[in-house]
Amino acid sequence: MTRHRGYGVMRRVLFASALIVLAAGPAGATSIERVISPGGIEAWLVRQPSVPLVAMDFAMIGGANEDPADKAGVAHLVASTIDEGAGDLDDKAYHQRLEDHAIELSFSANRDHFRGSLRTLTANRDLAFDTLRLSLTAPRFDDDAVERVRTQILADLRRATTSPGGIASEVWWHTAFAGHPYGRPVHGTLESMPRITIAELKAYAKRVFARATLKIAIVGDIDAATAGLLIDKAFGGLPEQPELAAIPNAGPQGLGRRIVVDLDVPQSVIMFGGPGVARNDPDFFAAYLVNHILGGGAMSSRLYTEVREKRGLAYGVSTSLVPLAHAQLISGSTATRADRTADTLEIIEREMKNLAENGPTDQELAKTKSFLKGSYGLYFDTSSKIAAQLVQIQLDKLGIDYIDRRNGLIDAVTRGDAQRVAKRLLDGKMLITVVGKPQGVTSKDVSAAGSGG
Amino acid sequence: MRLTVRSIARAPIPSMLLVMSALALAVAAHAFPGRAETARVTSVAHYTLANGLQLVVVPDRRTPVVTHMIWYKVGSADEPAGKSGIAHFLEHLMFKGTARNPAGRFSQTLATIGGQENAFTSTDFTAFFQRTSREHLASLMEFEADRMTGLVLTDANVLPELQVVLEEWNLRVGNDPGARLGEQVTAALYLNHPYHRPVIGWRNEIVKLNREEALDFYRHFYTPNNAVVVVAGDVAAEDAKAMAEATYGKVVPRTEIGPRVRPAEPQPEPGAVRHVVLADQRVAQPSLQRSYLVPSIATAQPGEAEAIAVLVHALGSGSTSRLYRELIAEKGVASDAGAWYQDAALDMSRLGLYGTPRPGVSLHQLEDAIDGVIAEVIDKGIAPEEIERAKNRMIAAYVYAQDNQASLARLYGAALTTGSSVEEVQSRPERLRAVTAEAVNAAARHWLDPRRSVTGYLVHDLKQREDKRS
Repeated sequence: MTRHRGYGVMRRVLFASALIVLAAGPAGATSIERVISPGGIEAWLVRQPSVPLVAMDFAMIGGANEDPADKAGVAHLVASTIDEGAGDLDDKAYHQRLEDHAIELSFSANRDHFRGSLRTLTANRDLAFDTLRLSLTAPRFDDDAVERVRTQILADLRRATTSPGGIASEVWWHTAFAGHPYGRPVHGTLESMPRITIAELKAYAKRVFARATLKIAIVGDIDAATAGLLIDKAFGGLPEQPELAAIPNAGPQGLGRRIVVDLDVPQSVIMFGGPGVARNDPDFFAAYLVNHILGGGAMSSRLYTEVREKRGLAYGVSTSLVPLAHAQLISGSTATRADRTADTLEIIEREMKNLAENGPTDQELAKTKSFLKGSYGLYFDTSSKIAAQLVQIQLDKLGIDYIDRRNGLIDAVTRGDAQRVAKRLLDGKMLITVVGKPQGVTSKDVSAAGSGG
Repeated sequence: MRLTVRSIARAPIPSMLLVMSALALAVAAHAFPGRAETARVTSVAHYTLANGLQLVVVPDRRTPVVTHMIWYKVGSADEPAGKSGIAHFLEHLMFKGTARNPAGRFSQTLATIGGQENAFTSTDFTAFFQRTSREHLASLMEFEADRMTGLVLTDANVLPELQVVLEEWNLRVGNDPGARLGEQVTAALYLNHPYHRPVIGWRNEIVKLNREEALDFYRHFYTPNNAVVVVAGDVAAEDAKAMAEATYGKVVPRTEIGPRVRPAEPQPEPGAVRHVVLADQRVAQPSLQRSYLVPSIATAQPGEAEAIAVLVHALGSGSTSRLYRELIAEKGVASDAGAWYQDAALDMSRLGLYGTPRPGVSLHQLEDAIDGVIAEVIDKGIAPEEIERAKNRMIAAYVYAQDNQASLARLYGAALTTGSSVEEVQSRPERLRAVTAEAVNAAARHWLDPRRSVTGYLVHDLKQREDKRS
């Protein structure tokens, strides 16, 4: 194990800014430091010396969007095999090293980003960052390891072919983004996954892993100078610029369509979605409030009340804003009994229409603002959660002072804003997928679009 | 990504609870050669109020938030015969309001101040929790103390909720053949003990549950002398205690809860090795699961539960484990395989194995391969270095758990409602450290006995299974 190897002369470590975060909010008196490593890589750091561990999250642009058009699942397979050996370490030696030192290292790819997450005890942090370096710069993608992981992914994909939720989601995305990278399944398909070559995995890593799009957050028992050195160790060997495909912006298609997929299950799964609001749109917070009122997390949204509490039609019903890099959505889902599927759809459509036409009440707006401000701290109570939040804030380009500004942004939304944005979000048609044996609900195309089922 | 069905709210997740419990150990994986591990056991306060309510306070002063949980020592295993699902149904109904805080006021308050809430039910406990910023703690206690005895139920709020529970059943069980096989395996494993019932209940009994039965159950089990409150977060122990005295302390006990004695399992029948096959046209990927009847922390001899936990870890947790190495990496008969152990249970608990065969491999062949791994473990034992690695990882996970107040609160709540103690939780690292290779291998020989197990096959159709067997 390496323990504080000599680094020779410590070069310049800059602390470009040190902001007090959230005097009254989430992180208490915690401050976020902007660290620029000696090698020039930026990371945001929150020091928490009271727990002997270090958590780091990072992300780079280029998730499944970078999959070749006919090879959906490359990014997912890279994320699933990049921890199967690197440098001199074959898969077994690599895992043994992580396990012997209690290092948790994981990778994932979503549509827009490739992400990584590292957790280590302070005592093992040098080795942890060194192992990450190996993975990023010298992944092996050995044949047997790739085949083993591929087999597991294929088993998951086979299971998903008869999972109502999986089908509803896949059909929705495939229809809404036909011809666009977002239309391809992130985890690939039974047809594409077997055809992905090791050369394609290597090519992906070579093109996507780069410093220019890298966002890093570190939390825990570590100071800025040490963080800077470890960041250079892990990421310093990456090329500066990635070679990314040009991804066009896209809106969801098929609005007004309803697609019913027959599956012999007692409960119908419903997914619906339409155009949303971009993260950098001045209306984002108004949309965020409107979504919360319609179907957001708390157990008091309009949909929750109407669909679940009053009528017992579903165990869960929710909506969320999905601000992707190249498209913005509002989407929702529920699962309801076959003989009441039409009722459930009708209630959801009625509630959206009502909110679009009349906007939220003053009381709802005030309550929701209070909720969103009051609950923010709950996303900052573990090292890993803080790291994930700080990476997201960087990806969204919100600025290191965002946590301080957030309450003001929420408070600034007026009832007029909310009403206008409710109309913008909810007045149009949506694309709906239903999987199951819903009674009296059939597919309809755009021209036949009307209300009800 | 976010376009998947999310189950919100009031969820007992029988299978999920199990997974979490297994994960608590699995994640515990990860070691460190250093011995800093015992340095970080948070100071935990434990009180019993005059009315019998227990209070555990786990300080975490880094962020100004608190996790407040109340755990009742009642679960599906405490249900009267014929009323399966009533513990879980009551958990749902606990959100319906009281005389003092009618319909939804508690949830509405949380929706205003910015709190998260949920609840879950298991075989041995029912728990409710809220997470808010710290200044609301006293108010959370006041609400929770009020609904301990003040619940008001009407047909108008009970009937729709029963429909919600049936939709939950559809979601978790009806729509999921793997979950239905899990129910069958558990039912076959427990011949006599009420753990054989699914936590959510049998559907034919759920549909008949009603308001009066729920209230009877409530009046019997929801009382301060049957409750454990766990507070984790930014609060001093004395302050939490004062708040609890002023709220929970005022609730008068309404029943005496006797010892929780359930019918015991018979000795294993020497001639019976049990198999269950569940066929469903929607099974696109066959799989295998097996459960063994083994002791929990509460029922084990000293050191035995820790030895089983280490055994399970070395056997089936992570890619250096026996099952992974032999079935996936070397023999190539499985695409996935592992093991878990539900250590928290009032009575005899379960150790589980699972596997997914590679294409072309039958479940029968996979089972033979699993049995081969187990035979080798029983015959030759697990090597000391494998045991050390497992122990290191499990102890490190315990350190990582210190970073998460909500996980810590769950750890203590589950322990105190399943016959364990604060001291037991706190001494886990030392007790794991003390596990010897002899103890692990003795546990393997004794508990990995096929007569103590039930094996389940999940298949597309019964014919498929027969074909592949040949």
